[in-house]
Amino acid sequence: MTITDDRTDTAAPELEIGKARRRKEDQRLITGRTRWTDNIQLPGMLHLAMVRSPFAHATITAIDTSEAKAAPGVIDVVTGADIKDVQGVNANAWPITPDQVTPTHLPVAVERVACAGEIVAVVVARSAAAARDAAELVDVDYDELPAVLDLKEAAADTVLAHPDLGTNKSAFWKLDSAEAGTGGDVDAAIAKARADGVVIEREFRQQRLIPAFMEPRSVVVDPTGEQMVVWSATQIPHILRFLISATMGIPESKVRVIAPDVGGGFGGKLQTTPEEFATIAVARRLGKPCKYTETRSESLLSGHHGRDQWQKLTLSAEKDGTVTGFKVELLADMGAYVAIVGGGVPVLGAWMFNSIYKFPAYQFNCQTVLTNKTWVDAYRGAGRPEATFGIERMMDELAAELGRDPLEVREQNWITHEEFPFTTVAGMTYDSGNYEAATARAKELFGYDELRAEQQRRRESNDPVQLGIGVSTFTEMCGLAPSRILGQLSYGAGGWEHASIRMLATGKVEVVTGVSPHGQGHETAWSQIVADRLGVPFEDVEVLHGDTQTSPRGLDTYGSRSLVVGAEAVVRAADKVIDKAKVFAAHLLEASEDDLEFKAGRFGVKGTDKGIGIAEIALATFTAHNLPDGAEPSIDADATFDPDNFSFPHGTHLCAMEVDTETGATTMRKYVCVDDIGTIINPLIVEGQVHGGLVQGIAQALWEGAEYDEQGTLVTGSFVDYTLPTAADTISFITDHTTSPSTTNTLGTKGVGEAGTIASTPAVVNAIIDAVRPLGVDDIVMPCTPERVWKAIQAGQAVSHEGERAAAPHFDEATPNQDPGAGSPSTTTEGSDQ
Amino acid sequence: MIPAQFDYIAPGSVEEAISALAEHGDDAKVLAGGQSLLPILRMRLNAPGFVIDLGRIGELQGITEEGDTLVIGAMTTYAAVLASEAVGTHAALLSKAIQTVADPQIRHRGTIGGALVHADPAGDVGAPALALGAEFVIAGPGGSTRTVAGDDFFEDLFTTAVGEGELLTQIRVPKHTGWGAHYEKFVRVSHQWSIVGIAATVRSEGGSIAEARVGLTNMGSTPLRARAVEDALVGQPATDEAVRAAVASVAEGTNPPSDLNGDSDYRKHLATVLTRRAVLAAAGA
Repeated sequence: MTITDDRTDTAAPELEIGKARRRKEDQRLITGRTRWTDNIQLPGMLHLAMVRSPFAHATITAIDTSEAKAAPGVIDVVTGADIKDVQGVNANAWPITPDQVTPTHLPVAVERVACAGEIVAVVVARSAAAARDAAELVDVDYDELPAVLDLKEAAADTVLAHPDLGTNKSAFWKLDSAEAGTGGDVDAAIAKARADGVVIEREFRQQRLIPAFMEPRSVVVDPTGEQMVVWSATQIPHILRFLISATMGIPESKVRVIAPDVGGGFGGKLQTTPEEFATIAVARRLGKPCKYTETRSESLLSGHHGRDQWQKLTLSAEKDGTVTGFKVELLADMGAYVAIVGGGVPVLGAWMFNSIYKFPAYQFNCQTVLTNKTWVDAYRGAGRPEATFGIERMMDELAAELGRDPLEVREQNWITHEEFPFTTVAGMTYDSGNYEAATARAKELFGYDELRAEQQRRRESNDPVQLGIGVSTFTEMCGLAPSRILGQLSYGAGGWEHASIRMLATGKVEVVTGVSPHGQGHETAWSQIVADRLGVPFEDVEVLHGDTQTSPRGLDTYGSRSLVVGAEAVVRAADKVIDKAKVFAAHLLEASEDDLEFKAGRFGVKGTDKGIGIAEIALATFTAHNLPDGAEPSIDADATFDPDNFSFPHGTHLCAMEVDTETGATTMRKYVCVDDIGTIINPLIVEGQVHGGLVQGIAQALWEGAEYDEQGTLVTGSFVDYTLPTAADTISFITDHTTSPSTTNTLGTKGVGEAGTIASTPAVVNAIIDAVRPLGVDDIVMPCTPERVWKAIQAGQAVSHEGERAAAPHFDEATPNQDPGAGSPSTTTEGSDQ
Repeated sequence: MIPAQFDYIAPGSVEEAISALAEHGDDAKVLAGGQSLLPILRMRLNAPGFVIDLGRIGELQGITEEGDTLVIGAMTTYAAVLASEAVGTHAALLSKAIQTVADPQIRHRGTIGGALVHADPAGDVGAPALALGAEFVIAGPGGSTRTVAGDDFFEDLFTTAVGEGELLTQIRVPKHTGWGAHYEKFVRVSHQWSIVGIAATVRSEGGSIAEARVGLTNMGSTPLRARAVEDALVGQPATDEAVRAAVASVAEGTNPPSDLNGDSDYRKHLATVLTRRAVLAAAGA
């Protein structure tokens, strides 16, 4: 046994956790020299092209496949009717109420299509080009049906997205603090404030967004082995395997799913897709490997969309600014089908709309609605950006109404750091946080007072370019999720996570994780964690993931859960390795276990220089020549971790926007965020997550929005019209952190994947409104295009000239926020002393 | 995305290209830099039987000076125009406009002639070409050539004077040496087509505007030249007030499109603001 551990003499080895390491996976990911699903070539593999409905709602009356079948290279053309008993179903895994109306979502439509882009036939050919050519030869006859596209119209049930269901209303979900015993009666609080306090009433639109991951979705199915193998560009290989088995009648043991390197997801690949199921059905029918890779146009049209809510919000406060109640009424568009967690996404807002503020009374109402548009599901933040936008816009409106600084009004109402752990009016227990510290640091980095002074100067000089400052002091719930809570919410799975650690004979370490990265950097972060825990070199740790054969147990990556839940499982597996190794160490050192201490990868006998490295123990375990009597020759270990609670990252984001009042153009001047995400494993990865998240949230505020025409055709069907920003459109962000370690996991981590996206959207919109509020504007619908900003200014000035602002009705269906660009008259009332 | 099948022809000379066009007529599309044509083919919005690639015709590339005229080969890339000192010196407006086109990759592939013949009204080279009084040399069958003035070149949406069986070979730009120039492009994201673009070039004399040329991008079905504004600017001091008055009517008679980026009236408003800014910037004010 001559394995040397050159670290054993190092007194205090440099810790890996906290080191800004470059990511070990980046070379292959950035150069593309890796295995993406579309790179996979199998012998005899066939290629698929989808024939999609151009209509939003129609009955399929006939499909003539003869010409397509006769085209060169075509093997088969498969319709929904051909595979109707074997194609499975795209399941909803989270019925939010027992009576949720859930239309059956067939991968390939059989009788009727309920949104544009729905698959009606699959062409199978020897090449992707031949399949694409032949797809144009499939002749489908449709009888168009009336389509319901507008969310509010859908809620009225006049035109039905699915006539057989009799309603567009899918489910109604409510949380009331009085009923739950977590707080007071919100209607009473609002009534009281109408008499002697302040009531802010607003209606906000969360526009529909399209997750625009870099790698389009792709799936390869090989049905020829004993186990069917499915490669997919997915975030959720384990859940996909389960649902293939559950809905297609294939034993789970006969299915292997592999998510090879996956190029981004943002929630857009948290789905089991019609394309996956159709490809499986066709591959099994023909007994041949099949591949389908979508085009970008197909991705924009038929990958699931995100957000899409109307929010009707009522906030009550005392005249001194102390909040007394918050009532939330949501209409959430599910699109044509209730996707895998579609109904649950807006419901996550139930625990987030109250945010960091001590509302004594709270009510959350969510009505989910079906329309004839692409289905809606998780998109980075999933329910939490929508909620954060609503509350943070309302807190700025309250401050404006009171004529006070928005940070001051927030501070008056937020949970102070001495009050943690704090159980909120929505029933969540926030484990740790320090809103004061994050805000103080953000103000300092931002130069808050100087920018306020500049704003004042620009206002006084009627500068055509006005300056606004937007605030967002957000929190979120990460680390999905305690399985017991998920069970109470009727979610179809648990929230635990699994890991295995294999100690190889040569001293190297394999870490198998049940979470499934698609660009986040798990391999690097997990290596850092394991290197510290086991005292092995960073380079010696290999992280394996994404293949249900290698990683049989796991629940995948979404909801900022990988580090908080998945890495905790890794930590626990590592601790089990140490425990097992300790027994062998004691044997090999001829010492008592009680006399051993494990430090920097080495078991040392206290008070001596005797010791043995963990790599040596791994080799001794491999040879098994000299182990204790009856010992199982393995120090490998598995761990499954189910969290007791969520984690609650928070942060203060400050944004300065310049608004050109002549054109409506907006320019970001400065953006500062100070996030508290608990312990940071790799600052460089965190910085990347924060930057990317910020841009995605800013993009909702300024640039992105899925738009349909009156026929239900997606107008923003390419990147010409779906205006995704690039680096050229953003500024350098100033980021920093405060650290209040989470108390719900060993490492003290909270999750950072979604923070930037959740926090930034309201910061930007608040800044724009702050810039033009003196011009009579108190809302602009997102995305805040220059045209909308300019028109809001025109409308605001027209209204203020007429002096009619105070007379504007509350929630007038005709005015607030609905007409793109219309400056909504204020709907604020202030109670008067009697 | 996979285009429908086509035959690829790569002629080595203008003459060969013209005869390929004559042979395949309607069923052929001419490929210059491909920055518009390839997306169209890949999205199957068009499926020609033949694609005639002009990329190997050396005589269509490059920039030369002929006395008071810059001669730009139709297949000269945006990047090459941008790199040209002669263009920077004698037709600064063109350089300024091209700086705003899409992104560096596209500017290294896309050609000035391809963009002009594609004639997207939101493209950024039409308005400056008009403002600079460019002339367009068009080759036809049998070695014939004709020269078309700017005002006659753009006929309608995606339609120019280049007829069936013809090719644009040169853009002849009168030198505007010493003129100040500015292209004011209004976009939401940087790589976007112009929502509105204003091309302005100005010859100043002693703090006043001696001559001005103004072209409008995406204010109608073709690039436009704002002659009334040009006339109104002559003799005006380069001050905010004077220029504001002179350009006030720039949107009159225009018919800009309405789309997700803005309706027609908003574009007209933008044109008024942006023209003032472009002229003032061109005048160095």
